[in-house]
Amino acid sequence: MTTTTSPVLSASGVTMRFGGLTAVRSVDLTVNSGEIVGLIGPNGAGKTTFFNCLTGLYVPTEGNVTYQGDILPPKPHLVTQAGVARTFQNIRLFANMTVLENVLVGRHTRTKEGLWSALLRGPGFKRAEAASKERAMELLEFTGLADKADHLSRNLPYGEQRKLEIARALASDPGLLLLDEPTAGMNPQETRATEELVFAIRDQGTAVLVIEHDMRFIFNLCDRVTVLVQGQKLIEGTPDVVQSDERVIAAYIGTPFEGAPGDDEVAEVEAAEAEAAEAQQDTGPSGTPKSTTARTEDGQ
Amino acid sequence: MSTDTSKTTGESTDTGGRATMLRAITAVGGLASVVSTFLAWTWTDEFPGDLTFNGYPGGLQILTLVLGLLTTVFALAAMDLRGLRWLTPAGSTQALRLMALGTFATTWFTVIAIAVDLGGLANWEPGAWVAAIGSAIPLAALLLPNDTRPLKRPAELPSWAEILIIAAVFAIGLYVVNYGIQTDPDHPEPFLGYLIAVGFAAAALFKAGIVARMSALTAKYRSVTLLAALVTAVAFPFTQDKASYTELGVNILIFATVALGLNIVVGLAGLLDLGYVAFLGVGAYTAALVSGSTSSTLDVHFPFWAAVIAGAVVSLIFGVVIGAPTLRLRGDYLAIVTLGFGEIFRLAMQNMDGVSGPSVTNGPNGIPNIPPLEIFGFNFDEDHTVLGRTLDSNANYFLLMLLVTVVVVLVFSRAGNSRIGRAWVAIREDETAATAMGINGFRVKLIAFALGATLAGVAGTVWAHVQTTVVPEQYVFAGPVPPNSTFLLAAVILGGMGTIGGPLLGATLLFLIPKKLEFFQDYQLLAFGIALILIMRFRPEGIIPNRRQQLEYHETDQLDAPDQPQLSGNAVGVTKAEA
Repeated sequence: MTTTTSPVLSASGVTMRFGGLTAVRSVDLTVNSGEIVGLIGPNGAGKTTFFNCLTGLYVPTEGNVTYQGDILPPKPHLVTQAGVARTFQNIRLFANMTVLENVLVGRHTRTKEGLWSALLRGPGFKRAEAASKERAMELLEFTGLADKADHLSRNLPYGEQRKLEIARALASDPGLLLLDEPTAGMNPQETRATEELVFAIRDQGTAVLVIEHDMRFIFNLCDRVTVLVQGQKLIEGTPDVVQSDERVIAAYIGTPFEGAPGDDEVAEVEAAEAEAAEAQQDTGPSGTPKSTTARTEDGQ
Repeated sequence: MSTDTSKTTGESTDTGGRATMLRAITAVGGLASVVSTFLAWTWTDEFPGDLTFNGYPGGLQILTLVLGLLTTVFALAAMDLRGLRWLTPAGSTQALRLMALGTFATTWFTVIAIAVDLGGLANWEPGAWVAAIGSAIPLAALLLPNDTRPLKRPAELPSWAEILIIAAVFAIGLYVVNYGIQTDPDHPEPFLGYLIAVGFAAAALFKAGIVARMSALTAKYRSVTLLAALVTAVAFPFTQDKASYTELGVNILIFATVALGLNIVVGLAGLLDLGYVAFLGVGAYTAALVSGSTSSTLDVHFPFWAAVIAGAVVSLIFGVVIGAPTLRLRGDYLAIVTLGFGEIFRLAMQNMDGVSGPSVTNGPNGIPNIPPLEIFGFNFDEDHTVLGRTLDSNANYFLLMLLVTVVVVLVFSRAGNSRIGRAWVAIREDETAATAMGINGFRVKLIAFALGATLAGVAGTVWAHVQTTVVPEQYVFAGPVPPNSTFLLAAVILGGMGTIGGPLLGATLLFLIPKKLEFFQDYQLLAFGIALILIMRFRPEGIIPNRRQQLEYHETDQLDAPDQPQLSGNAVGVTKAEA
């Protein structure tokens, strides 16, 4: 990894209350440059709310968020301007714009041609437009969507829509990329490809903070993982530490307690399953002809 | 029913021979219709257009003549006659059917109108019988098998020929528009016949694929097309010989321009503005106040350029003042609030009469006697002879307004295709995602709103001089006479949101139809409603569709992805993404 570990983003004591409900309770989080940080937690733990606090969609009730030492303003477009880009949990592309136009919209903060230069069409405008287009095509090349630049984004397959959202976010040349469940609904191959993509983004010098439910994806990818449970930070550490922490497991699947009424049955079922697994291994080769017979019988 | 059965039996026996025969019958029927127009259809000239002459066609007969000829030509093209195949690049049958239907509908409309107007079939001369029977023969085309095919790659023509075609098409377009504008305003029959004929012919040309071919040509020669459009528009006042026609022209141009300005707000930025006409009013009132009119409360007389700047600046200020608080709202709330502001403008103008409020606008009396414009000694109210043609006052204003239209078209196309235009469309598509991409939503929307207001204000300054009077009652939300916000919005939606041609066509239709059909005016709002419902049901993207919108509403067309073999995969992706 990179040797410089200056913090890119640091959130301290972020609390978000909706009326009487505290969705996020004094969460601290630091993302260093060149790092991929994971944010996990069971459903309703407040991950996306926390994301929205970071990106200015919500104004945190308490606490503050700094990006490279400066406090982020509570307006989404200013956060993006500062250098924090994001994707959305439910894809939010500009459905009726082409793939290229989507990425060009992402370039908005890094260009400044206003109405007048658009109307007058001076050489500066043409240069800026060409440069934007070139950068956008680079990003489409990077995400593997270059040959679909002229398609409407609504017509892309699901996996490519996710990729396009990432390309669009990258177009603002962010120092930190926030990915909200980038592999939701993907098959294993697509997940694998996304993993590669996130590594490539990190290698280009963009820190990444990612929310995900796919544990294999998270533990492969992240340098550090933070676990959020019921709005509070439970633990933070390397994947190994988090993976073996009992509280994390408990948060996801609950804790067994002494003398639970179902314990005996659970033990029985487990024993039976183990036995069955063994039996299946033994009869493995003979299983095929058996099923063929069954099929012929069905046919008659 | 009978057509269905005969079609199936025909296909099973000898499809090719039968189809050729049907096409030949259609061609003959077309010719019969043509011949009938050279006969007298009735005995008296009481019927509008005077159809009493043997030997040459007149009035509504000309429509039958043209459609009959087109039907014959299309039928010959369908028979694969050499030299005519270019007419039907996307298949001949549907075009031929529509042409045949058009001939039938126009001719029968005429002969039935003769019978109804004059009281009975006794008023039909033999020519009318020939026409009625002759125009029914091409309906044989309805039995033809469908042969719609994907557009073929056009044959390469030398570029001078292609440019000549563009020029010819614009010339024909001007002729067709002129024919409609110059129909007898005292009788509805000629214009109704014209609408029927043009409607069917346009649909037929569209189905034949000629329209698609033409738009490919115009896209290839963009600058030539723009020049041709400009020349056609400039030529328009030179081809009119009555003041009432040029008056129609200048009004159409003003409302089309204002509708195009509204299209920036509604079509690009997606802000439903129901009070847009107020900005036209701001421009008109400003121009009236500084025009030196004796009724104006300001004792100043600005030259026109200064009046235009004043109108633009005041509209801009109003746009920002009204937009700043309202643009924080989204969707329906914005629509309601802009509707309210539109009415506030009208009521304010009505009450600033020195009694209920400050004395600025003369209240309901408005500001009459706006003096004619004079630029460099060119008085707009006088007739001028240019190139041997006399241009009246309306024609002068038409040419001036054309300048404004060109500016608005330029602003629309340039702003729309730039960083700011993409930001508008992004806001329209998904405001949350757009702000997350770094777009300052409020600022960008305010620019769209203010730009739309400014363009309407500029149009308003010319409008004030054309009308010579401004009164508050012109700027209502909905009313029988344009301009009103409903009219402008309907023009945008009917024509096609987000396009340049859409509002121009929409405003032309919506203005011309009630003007020509006097009996129609009482039901105009009803007709608006019905027209909009029909458009929403059958062609929600408008008459001239924006490429994006066309795909939005007709999901399966996949116009942008014709080369991709894995279309089924795409379709699955779409449904998944929307689930």
